[in-house]
Amino acid sequence: MTARRGIPPLRIGRGRLLSVLHGFSLLRTGLRCVAATAVAALVLVPPPAAGQDAERGQPLYDQWCAGCHGETGAGDGEAAAFMLPRPRDFTRAVYQLRSTPNGEVPTDADLARVIDEGMPGTAMPGWKSRFSSRDRDDVIAYLKTLSRFFSGEPPPPVELGSPPRASAEGIAEGREVYETLECFKCHGDAGRGDGSSAPTLTDDWDFPNLPADLSENWLFNGGGSVEQIYTRLRTGVDGTPMPSFTDALEGDVVTEEQLWRLAQYVRSLSPERSPSVREVIRATLTVGELPAGPDDSTWASIERYYVPMVGQIIIKPRWFAPSISGLWVQAVHDDDRLALRVTWNEPSRSPDPAWDEWIARMATTMTDVDGPLSTSQGPDRLTVQFPLHVMSGMERPYFLGGDRRRPVHQWRWASAPEALEEGTARGLGTFVPLDGDAATSHAAVFADGQWRLQLTRTLAPGDRAERPTFAAGRGTSIAFFAADGSHGEDEFRGAVSAWFTLHLDAPTPRGVYLAPAVAILLTAGLGLVVISRAQRAERQADHL
Amino acid sequence: MRRFVLCVTLAGVACGGGGEQQGGAGGAEAGAAPAAAPLGTGSITGAMSFSGTAPENPTIDMAEEAECREKHADIPRDPQVVVTDGMLADVFVYVKSGLPEGAAFTAPSTPAVLDQDGCLYRPRVLGVMVGQDLEIRNSDPLQHNVKAVPANQRGFNISQPRAGMTTTRSFSAPEVMVPLECNVHGWMNAYVGVLEHPYFATSGEDGSFSITGLPDGTYELEAWHEKFGTQTVSVTVSGGGAATAEFAFSSQ
Repeated sequence: MTARRGIPPLRIGRGRLLSVLHGFSLLRTGLRCVAATAVAALVLVPPPAAGQDAERGQPLYDQWCAGCHGETGAGDGEAAAFMLPRPRDFTRAVYQLRSTPNGEVPTDADLARVIDEGMPGTAMPGWKSRFSSRDRDDVIAYLKTLSRFFSGEPPPPVELGSPPRASAEGIAEGREVYETLECFKCHGDAGRGDGSSAPTLTDDWDFPNLPADLSENWLFNGGGSVEQIYTRLRTGVDGTPMPSFTDALEGDVVTEEQLWRLAQYVRSLSPERSPSVREVIRATLTVGELPAGPDDSTWASIERYYVPMVGQIIIKPRWFAPSISGLWVQAVHDDDRLALRVTWNEPSRSPDPAWDEWIARMATTMTDVDGPLSTSQGPDRLTVQFPLHVMSGMERPYFLGGDRRRPVHQWRWASAPEALEEGTARGLGTFVPLDGDAATSHAAVFADGQWRLQLTRTLAPGDRAERPTFAAGRGTSIAFFAADGSHGEDEFRGAVSAWFTLHLDAPTPRGVYLAPAVAILLTAGLGLVVISRAQRAERQADHL
Repeated sequence: MRRFVLCVTLAGVACGGGGEQQGGAGGAEAGAAPAAAPLGTGSITGAMSFSGTAPENPTIDMAEEAECREKHADIPRDPQVVVTDGMLADVFVYVKSGLPEGAAFTAPSTPAVLDQDGCLYRPRVLGVMVGQDLEIRNSDPLQHNVKAVPANQRGFNISQPRAGMTTTRSFSAPEVMVPLECNVHGWMNAYVGVLEHPYFATSGEDGSFSITGLPDGTYELEAWHEKFGTQTVSVTVSGGGAATAEFAFSSQ
């Protein structure tokens, strides 16, 4: 079906309609409205495949899509072996994000949305800025030629209805549904993708397939709104273990309202707004005690900063499939010591025998990425790094563990055995620990798929040549590295952040309180002078 | 009615009364609706022998699912290889080629039944005809998802969160075998052979099978086992009589 064949009938239809209407001159005025409506309907609802040209779509596909999805669309392009989840295999026409029922092919609009917006949490970018809507439609036409399952019309979308009004009771009801339907078996009790079945999950191609971390809705493949979550519940996420609940609904095992409540509950697990990235992490100054540990209630009142993490894809062995997508960092100091809390989600406390199966599958899946993956689980790791020396201006060491000229100081924490080392690095893999006890104390808690780690150190330790000092009112660069041992990650394969700035709030100077009082007094005095002068002038005028 | 007789014969001979390895039209209960008449009166019977040491079936940790665990007296195992007295069960056997050209068959109106009981599929291996209903039942008081991952047709992935829930699905194209799995319980696997004709069976615990209602002819008969792959033999049915076919599997 080409555009040339698709468009003419539409034009003829409109032309004929208009000429017929012109003939009825008496009725013309009255029918103009009808004609306009009819033409509008024809324009707004184009016949299927109009404007789609698979022949034009093929070179676009070959240029922009085949690198990952493969020349034949089998999901086996050159870059595919580096990725997890793997690029879609178009030959089977099994698509995760559909408005159509479970097991069915998607509509063109479903495909258009994914191409336009991309898939958060995967390597698939949005193509809106690259493809015109015609390009995109042509690519869709070509995609559909890659599988015989697109031969007929797609089934109509699942009718979704509308959600009941959100309320606290509704969320609580949604939590009950979460338990009744046993969503926690895969997604975990707190929804962080750490359920007991999680390490056994695979997709239709037998690749490891983690359940979504429901507390990070900005990374949901199909979007994080209540409506989008509900759509996934009704259609399933084909190709993954996520089933459709439409049969359960039709079998009266669950009601429509309950599924909407479940969607609202899942939505409530994520922050109201997607986290924004701020370059400066403020360490607030406290006059009280520093938090005693990572679960100290004080942390709840301290601002948290989101630090996005990406795979370490520069120094071999590289890693394109990081388990940890971001950290939440909080900082507080008392002008003597600094406490950092780093919180991140990962589904296991490594090493965990329940995840042996997962890491074995990872090793057979990620075979082609700079050497074999270890089949034994290492610890979970979290490294915080600072420039070892004070830098001038915007200068910073190389973000991957520093460089020869500009070393970094690192706090390297590991989960098993739980320990923290301090030392110097001049590039990834060059860490040299310092002798003696660490100046930084550490305390970590793992619960429900989340690590919470508190690191505490004096602002100015004795040996300034070996360890950076912090000071109230000053900033220092800070960067992070995180690795999930049961995911096959290690010192190189893991997630890295860019440099951020950690700024320690200064005590408020006395002048801040004094200045307003002085200003008020001066203003009042000046006012009095002006008034008395005016009064005197008035009296003198009266005399004359 | 005669088509149904085939099913009964199949189920009776092949299943050895175990009720877990139903062939043909699955739930072959007496009095069920008949399908189209078979083309002949010939039959192929035989057995799946097994030599060597059968690999030990992996144990299943059902600690998380007490309701399922208590349905098993012993430590549950994933019954991948079931050998009894040198005979192999759960082998799917079917006529691969040799049927008269143009012969068309109607799917029975009786559904085949696949149960989830004690966090295992029962039966593990079964056959259905194209278009025949497959009734999937949850006998466990917990959530199973049932995911079919075929290669030749559309699959499905449905949730069955409660005991007593049944879902009916069918397959539109022949495929040997369509794997079914539960992702909540990663050990749960079943295999469905989908054919356009009714000439298939699953070996029972005694390794035996029987395919009846065949017209005279020379057939390619294929036997499939999830661990030991496929074997093919050629069998000739003549004079509407009985023919035999033996398959020998081994641990090598």
